[in-house]
Amino acid sequence: MGKTIAEKILSAKSGVDAHAGDIVVAQIDLAFVQDTTGPLTVRQFQAAGFKKLAKNIKGAVFLDHGAPSQSRELSNDHMFLRQFSKDTGARLSDVGDGICHQIVAESLAKPGDLIVGSDSHTVTAGGLGAFACGMGSSDVAMAFGLGKNWFRVPESIKIEVSGKFSKGVNAKDLILFLIGQIGADGATYKSLEFAGPGLKNIPVSQRLTISNMAVEAGAKVGLFPSDDLTEKYLVERGRSNDFKPLAADPDAIYERAIKINLAKLEPMVSKPHTVDNTATAKELAGTKIQQVFIGTCTNGRLEDLEIVAEILKGKHRHPDTRLVIVPASREILLTATRLGYIQSILEAGGLILPPGCGACLGLHQGVIGDKEACLSTANRNFKGRMGSADGLVYLCNPATAAVSAIKGEITDPREFI
Amino acid sequence: MLTGKAFKFGDDISTDLIIPGKYSYLRSNLPELAKHVMEDADTTFVSRVKEGDFIVGGNNFGLGSSREHAPLVIKMAGVKAILAKSVARIFFRNAINLGLPVLICNTDEIKDGDTLEIDLQEGVITDKTNGKKLTFGKIPEVMLNILDEGGLLPYIEKHGDFKL
Repeated sequence: MGKTIAEKILSAKSGVDAHAGDIVVAQIDLAFVQDTTGPLTVRQFQAAGFKKLAKNIKGAVFLDHGAPSQSRELSNDHMFLRQFSKDTGARLSDVGDGICHQIVAESLAKPGDLIVGSDSHTVTAGGLGAFACGMGSSDVAMAFGLGKNWFRVPESIKIEVSGKFSKGVNAKDLILFLIGQIGADGATYKSLEFAGPGLKNIPVSQRLTISNMAVEAGAKVGLFPSDDLTEKYLVERGRSNDFKPLAADPDAIYERAIKINLAKLEPMVSKPHTVDNTATAKELAGTKIQQVFIGTCTNGRLEDLEIVAEILKGKHRHPDTRLVIVPASREILLTATRLGYIQSILEAGGLILPPGCGACLGLHQGVIGDKEACLSTANRNFKGRMGSADGLVYLCNPATAAVSAIKGEITDPREFI
Repeated sequence: MLTGKAFKFGDDISTDLIIPGKYSYLRSNLPELAKHVMEDADTTFVSRVKEGDFIVGGNNFGLGSSREHAPLVIKMAGVKAILAKSVARIFFRNAINLGLPVLICNTDEIKDGDTLEIDLQEGVITDKTNGKKLTFGKIPEVMLNILDEGGLLPYIEKHGDFKL
């Protein structure tokens, strides 16, 4: 019987011929924590009596959610995690290095890997063909100590894509459209597996955006096959040895299939307060916004900043709209600086924050006030998400965000590019 | 047998409503963090909830972040079980790992303030206020075993490994 990508990876890592619905214990390649879930993970690790990481596992610690720390309490947590890294040899990515999911994609994740992280957006690495899923602190603590955990092999939903994105539309619109169709719990416990001839038009940087938001449909993983574009991404990063091809079998069994023609997609926006509350940017045109927030593990990559810088070049943000931009990693910030993107953004009245999660989770660096509206390239617009329970968060692609910053209101980017 | 009062919430109770990200800096000070449980969904919850009570949600309870602090602060508030029509994957696993039962059932007819009696062994919820009985969905065996030991940590301490 043919297998999905999820079934293939969990079979390989458990040594069992695993199919959807089975529960397996599988060996984990990489387990990581970030600074808001890490301290509890480390305390659970220590409480269980572990002192070292399991031999088979790579461990990593990322200080990204409060980067740099906004309080004494968080600074103490950072110290605690740096010590854990020293004691166990877990790789440390310190304040300013960037967001865990971006660095995992740039440097650590490989096709076919089994990855767990104590952050729900761990699914991002599915864009490289890794079975990567978010877990809580206790589960990641056990992964650190035992090198394994239990997994229920998920049923898969096949997303078959054809065609090519039109101008002003990209991967963000595909995933917002899909979540709008199936709902914020439309893929709960499932694997979303992407396939079809349209994949050749979705580079890895955009696949990461799609996989990143699989969890916003409730999915356990969002998986892409590992193909020529995956190889290109890894080769460009000097990681050709990390490449291996991976795809579902032609006779794999899916719970259902959904077909999407990329050419028919429009710029989408998720309205407050759930991601599945979608509309087109055109339908929401004229909605006033006080802040535009561009960045995060969803859309803070170099290709996103390129789109934004091209739109902003020689223009200026609307006087009533703040423009906050956060590159997802140090490497992205360096390259964006070298290519002049940062210059264009600053000249357009934007501000650049250090690589990290920024205001996405409402902790610091651009939280919104009561009844303020923020148009964001992030992945969540839940009530209270960006700091105020009375604030309004809209989600969109980087082009929509940049054009809307100039206009001061939600604007369909196709009118301007 | 568990007996307590129902605190009813709607659909899509996210981890940001349970414990907002803006309080991330308090996560190593759990008693202080717990003062904010459910704050953005119901500011009066924390002062009204009593040891033994239940949280009753609708669809997709606990969607969002992997923060285990969400079920943790609910447990610290004295809540003995969460009832919902459906639950998000990571939240479900986190709650069980902390020894907090999450029961999947049709919560439509449970009203805020109803007195509930839950028999975990028999799988029956009795709403003492309206007299109706409900059954809840089966929890996978591996999770039942973790729940029986009081959570993942005591389970691993006892067995030393995952026993399927």
